[in-house]
Amino acid sequence: MGDNILEMKHIIKEFASVRALDDVTLTVKRGTIHAICGENGAGKSTLMNVLSGIYAHGNYRGDIYYNGELCKFRDIRDSEAKGIVIIHQELALSPYMSIAENIFLGNEKKSVKGVIDWNKTRASATEVLHKVGLEGESVDMMVGELGVGKQQLVEIAKALAKKVELLILDEPTASLNDEDSKRLLEIIRSLKEHGITCILISHKLNEINAIADAVTVIRDGKTIETLVKGVDDISEERIIRGMVGRELTNRYPPRNNTIGNVVFEVKNWNVFHPEDKTRQVIKNVSFHLRQGEVVGFAGLMGSGRTELAMSLFGKAWGKEISGTIIKDGKQLHLASVKDAINSGLAYVSEDRKSYGLVLDNDVKWNTTLASLDKRFAKMNVINQNEEILASEEYCKKLNTKCTSIEQTVGSLSGGNQQKVVLAKWMLSEPDVLIMDEPTRGIDVGAKYEIYTIINELAASGKSVIVISSEMPELLGTCDRVYVLSEGEIAGELHRDELSQEAIMKLIMNHIGREKKQHEQQIG
Amino acid sequence: MNSKLGKRAGINLKQYGMGIALIVIFLVFSVLSSGKNFTPMNINNLVMQNSYVVILAVGMLLAIITGNVDLSVGSVVAFVGASSAIMILDWGLPIGIVVLLSLALGLLIGMWQGFFIAYLGVPPFIVTLANMLIFRGLTMVALQGQTKGPLPTSYTIIGAGYLPTYSVQIGNASVELFALIAGILGSALMIFNELKNIRTKKHYGFEIAPLWQTASKLIVITFLVNFFTYKLAVYKGLPFVLAIMLALILIYTFVTQRMVIGRQVYAVGGNAKAAALSGIKTKKVMFWVYANMGLLAALAGVVLSARNASATPKAGDGFELDAIASCYIGGASAYGGTGTVVGAVIGALIMGILNNGMSLIGWSVDIQRVIKGLVLLGAVTIDLLSKKRK
Repeated sequence: MGDNILEMKHIIKEFASVRALDDVTLTVKRGTIHAICGENGAGKSTLMNVLSGIYAHGNYRGDIYYNGELCKFRDIRDSEAKGIVIIHQELALSPYMSIAENIFLGNEKKSVKGVIDWNKTRASATEVLHKVGLEGESVDMMVGELGVGKQQLVEIAKALAKKVELLILDEPTASLNDEDSKRLLEIIRSLKEHGITCILISHKLNEINAIADAVTVIRDGKTIETLVKGVDDISEERIIRGMVGRELTNRYPPRNNTIGNVVFEVKNWNVFHPEDKTRQVIKNVSFHLRQGEVVGFAGLMGSGRTELAMSLFGKAWGKEISGTIIKDGKQLHLASVKDAINSGLAYVSEDRKSYGLVLDNDVKWNTTLASLDKRFAKMNVINQNEEILASEEYCKKLNTKCTSIEQTVGSLSGGNQQKVVLAKWMLSEPDVLIMDEPTRGIDVGAKYEIYTIINELAASGKSVIVISSEMPELLGTCDRVYVLSEGEIAGELHRDELSQEAIMKLIMNHIGREKKQHEQQIG
Repeated sequence: MNSKLGKRAGINLKQYGMGIALIVIFLVFSVLSSGKNFTPMNINNLVMQNSYVVILAVGMLLAIITGNVDLSVGSVVAFVGASSAIMILDWGLPIGIVVLLSLALGLLIGMWQGFFIAYLGVPPFIVTLANMLIFRGLTMVALQGQTKGPLPTSYTIIGAGYLPTYSVQIGNASVELFALIAGILGSALMIFNELKNIRTKKHYGFEIAPLWQTASKLIVITFLVNFFTYKLAVYKGLPFVLAIMLALILIYTFVTQRMVIGRQVYAVGGNAKAAALSGIKTKKVMFWVYANMGLLAALAGVVLSARNASATPKAGDGFELDAIASCYIGGASAYGGTGTVVGAVIGALIMGILNNGMSLIGWSVDIQRVIKGLVLLGAVTIDLLSKKRK
């Protein structure tokens, strides 16, 4: 018993009616590196939020034993006091503060109460920087001037300064290049030698394979299995099987679309990050769409799917965009979103609240926003009666549940909000409709309705792109799937070749290949 | 059916709430001042005194809908007033040309600010704060710290004059007929417009508000309009600035409620990212909102210098705050995305009636400020709380 630093038993966490964690049990041995794997949305982050007290005791069911002691964390301070520190994917550093200030932020070294002792702060900061291999950096340097990899190490130094016993790393290498990733993994390994236990959440199975002592696989909020190094097989194939081994029931409506000729084609598309012009986010991507076809884009978070879609949609994202877009045999020059809309493109954002809707306005107002010029205005004057007719028609058509078209969209449920966004874009009469995570955060029933709409759009001869992190969704709705990995097309799968394993394999192979190429270049 | 009806009535109440508050405040002060604020001369003064704040509030409303403010308007008012005075008195240009040049100057100032805000991405608060200093300073320089005047009557008519009059003697009072006719025609137009609306709604098969509601609304407004024009008729007729104000209110209500560009301003203020992804050129919208504010600030500058018959270095001091307060009192959200022209105008009138009423009963300017501050704080707090409860 004594060698288990952490036992989480039968954890259940529900959001409204959705069960994010369903009887999860996790046991971590002291002084090991324990990896947690699962698809996007499987519940990994939720589990870590329960552990670190972000979801206070009482908001979940089940028990947490830490060092054999039952813990009831009220907030993150409670868990930190016990030596549990979580480092999130989005770093929580203040870019305009020095390394030393960041390391002791919220945990200041004081001489008298309320007064910071800067000498002690600098000395202790230097000490922990040594432990994470950053001895070369001055503790007075602004964190914003460091690269992402080094910032990640500063986060770890910050955790060490808090006398961490159990360090949780959520996708630490997701935004790092290979060299930085390697260095980070080295540091994690050396922490283990210092007796620090690590929980590592990662998509990169080769990394897990290299450094983890045990792997717990989570799927749909349930623990599937825990594989221990030396006892079980922890190969990538084995882990993938655990991650995706879900049965498909008929959660998808039947499809009957006829696929025509190629109507939309993208060639050699390149996009750079708007804030960091050395970072190429989309690399030489080419693909095509046929009439009446539903094409999926699979990939991990950060693979560049949203960036690809938004850069195509009138350069709504990115800098120094190059490449050609051909629609109906003619090359398009889209300088703005307006051009894209006028050329028959539509983009349904993955984040409907930030990018899709004006929440304070009503259903009618939001429904017509993208097609005012096209459909509702003559000489710039809006015909409000036509607006009422059109939005009522679409509420009926999409079965949107609202008290009236004058209800503000902010008060609708997620599924109905998504229908308003869909109505908005259907009204703009596009030929190519890009849907980015069209069913994110909505319940199963509404999902089925959205899939039905996708099918109907395809059946009526429109071409639809579905970007999704839920692989079953791609299998259930798409005729063809492109797999995107690190900004490149890693492969293309036709309907008969489609399986979750195939998609995962393409991604993993691509990541592996990148790595090898990189190593060859260095070696 | 029932719930729909309740909702509609609720919306109407909120819409008219500010108007009702306006009338109540007016009645309270008429009791306190034993009817002094009901005199024809005072009604006339109310129009004249508040015209520039109303003009500024209309422009400010657009900036506030985008979630920002314009702090420079008071200085722009002074600067445009000063340049008009210089053009008339020093350069001897004809009045018509001077007015056009002044408006063009205001538009240019607005475009200058809009350029920094929209295309260079400098926060509006900072850009307009800087220009508040710049144009106040330039006004001082242009006028060399002195008041410039007097301006000729052909110019002052804009701020202090009346539309053509035709007076008849009824009993021992002189009544101006055009004002009466304007009131009657105005209310007739309004009733005609309402009937037309009902007809199109029937044509589309939409629900129509209950007759008693429409009828009582029309009766109340008709009474108010004709009462107002009657008071003006027994004084000196229709002030010129009233025509300017009415034209602005009609134009900007139409632009914000019925035109695509108006919709776009609300969209940018409500959620700029969603607006951009709906094909709205958000930078262009921001640019024109501030360009328009410059134009209206220039108009207010012309009206103010005309009313004072001179340009002074201190003119328009603090007007930006009155205009901003008017919009908030009139129901615009400090976070952007909501607000109406009529609301902003009513907000301006509430402030004006408060000023006027407190002056009539002899309260000092210092106390007036306190009361105005409390009204602003109270109005916005009540608005926020009522939204939260919803």
